[in-house]
Amino acid sequence: MTKRRGLGQRLLAAPYIVWAAIFIIVPLCMVLYYAFTDASGAFTLQNFSDISNFSHTFVLSIWLGALSTIICLVIAYPLAYIISRLSPRAQRFMMMLVMLPMWINLLLRTYALMKILEDTGLINSILEWMGLPPMHMINTQGAVVAGMVYNFIPYMILPIYNVMSRIDTPVLEASRDLGGNFWQTFRRVIFPLSLPGIVSGITMVFVPSVSTFYISTKLGGNMALVGDIIEFTFTGEANYNVGATMSLILMVMILVCMLVMNRFSDGDEEAMIV
Amino acid sequence: MEGGGILTKKNPPSGGNFLTKRGKNSIVWLYYFVGKERDAYMSENIISLENISVAFDGETILDQISLDIKDGEFITLLGPSGCGKTTTLRILGGFVEPMEGRAYFDGQCINGVPAHKRQVSTIFQRYALFPHLNVYENIAFGLRVRKVPEAELCDRVEEALALVNLRGFEKRKIAALSGGQQQRVAIARAVVTRPKVLLLDEPLAALDLKLRKDMQVELKNIQQSLGITFVFVTHDQEEALSMSDRVVVMDNGKIQQIGTPQDIYNEPQNAFVADFIGESNILDGVMLRDGLCRLAGKEFVCVDGGFGENTPVDVVIRPEDIKVTAPQDGMLSGVVTGSTFKGVHYEVIVDIKGFKWMIQTTACIKEGDHIGMVIGPEDIHIMQKSEYSGMFGDYSSFSNEMDYIDDPAYDLSEEEEGTEGGEDRVD
Repeated sequence: MTKRRGLGQRLLAAPYIVWAAIFIIVPLCMVLYYAFTDASGAFTLQNFSDISNFSHTFVLSIWLGALSTIICLVIAYPLAYIISRLSPRAQRFMMMLVMLPMWINLLLRTYALMKILEDTGLINSILEWMGLPPMHMINTQGAVVAGMVYNFIPYMILPIYNVMSRIDTPVLEASRDLGGNFWQTFRRVIFPLSLPGIVSGITMVFVPSVSTFYISTKLGGNMALVGDIIEFTFTGEANYNVGATMSLILMVMILVCMLVMNRFSDGDEEAMIV
Repeated sequence: MEGGGILTKKNPPSGGNFLTKRGKNSIVWLYYFVGKERDAYMSENIISLENISVAFDGETILDQISLDIKDGEFITLLGPSGCGKTTTLRILGGFVEPMEGRAYFDGQCINGVPAHKRQVSTIFQRYALFPHLNVYENIAFGLRVRKVPEAELCDRVEEALALVNLRGFEKRKIAALSGGQQQRVAIARAVVTRPKVLLLDEPLAALDLKLRKDMQVELKNIQQSLGITFVFVTHDQEEALSMSDRVVVMDNGKIQQIGTPQDIYNEPQNAFVADFIGESNILDGVMLRDGLCRLAGKEFVCVDGGFGENTPVDVVIRPEDIKVTAPQDGMLSGVVTGSTFKGVHYEVIVDIKGFKWMIQTTACIKEGDHIGMVIGPEDIHIMQKSEYSGMFGDYSSFSNEMDYIDDPAYDLSEEEEGTEGGEDRVD
């Protein structure tokens, strides 16, 4: 890479650089500007103290985000392992099933889930038909978590499957051959080799979960998470300063989480999603 | 790590000349492994296979295999790819369960015993080292899962490293090792648990020619110094002949012949074995009576017997056993259709009544020469007719490439092991 790139190559990169400058760098600068100014444009730190009113929202967002991430991990990890040990044909088919929901728009999927979880929805209809008492699911934290797990689980399965499929079967056989039972093989070989995928998956689920909006509004009965409040400050109330400050704090918190996570995977490039 | 072992104290770190001499290591290892009580069992069978059959997807892989492996011997399963040799090894390792038949280890039936409970270690085709562990931890793996105390573990890993001359490589990453070094780590990792039997699945296939030759000597030395049984799988007949106490020639899921390398080469039991091991002229013949046979239209005195009278047989004559004479002095005579200089000898193709013979001779013979051939009675080897009769003809379509093309395993190892460097397989 020491060789200087030709003009042609640099021109090829130009569209992305322009795009990144306009839609990533400039907005970030604007976030910084609004976060440290008041409505009249004067410098202030008042926004940060105002945010303390929303501390419970932050806690709730992180709690539900973490819960969704853990549930995704618990479901996705064994699934990814099982898929990775199937025949190549079966692997392709299973991964297609995993990807299938991603072909449908997130909003549509969330609406569908609403219809399923409603008091008169699909699940309760089935319960009623079976003669069981109905369950109240919609507009609860559980519904929000279910929505996030449902929407984000492919992002957990994919990176874990990716590292799992690269573990050679003979390596697992070698572990058994040397006297390792299934649990020892898991602890000493499979888990350490799949760690980069776990870190990557956690990153890819936790980040959108914490900053999620819409899912919480629709499934949580207008429950307000950080994402919803940020959206509200920009659309409804038009208080750009508070919204920008919240965005900034959320970004910093996610960044810190990611740095901690990356330490677990030995700085493996798999996890460098931030 | 500071504890060192008995070995580390006795032996100063060996230098770069790691391929040749191993000195005291072998004696100490001999002490560890052979011991006194071992002599008593020396000729006992450590492994017995009885009528083992395996089929995958309705295709028979192993067909009624029976095989006894003696304690302490170096036995090689030899055959073309798809002959069932690797499957046989995987049955011993516990990775394949036979559909029929029984496998015994030390007198105990091991059908259904999982791999991690067997007293065998495997060296896998591509070593299958743990990519996330360094050299030391790779070797220590088998001891860690056995919960060997740290001090003993350290001693034993150092001993194993000394055995394969890799001391000083403890902290290296696996990816930073050459193919030959990875091979050594695989050996050390397999023997550190002190298995009774070491299973080797084409362990040298990925190495280049020079290194492979060195490792052949090295493996044989390790086997002798440890005194444990080696079951070695290869498709390379030269490797099999030069390393083994006994060779098991396999094809089509069946054992074709079991014997010492000399037996296999000198007394092939059928046309397949004769063709697979070395070069052979395989002719249709008739055993007229004991000590007399007819081939190529002439009668020859031979030393074999017991086939009855006027029995059709296959006759093997090795190219190096044929003496070249003037046409009028020969038992047979013909025209040379090809002659290739091979260094030690010329490889000459002679056309005798349409059958192309191969002769290896040091005499300089040119294409178009008219020569005679003399074959001694002890050089005519008679074999019973088998399913392979007629499958292996003469040398009319012979070329050096043929062996490679016939062997799917060759292409496979070359394509997949692009990083390992040159792949100069010479059979």
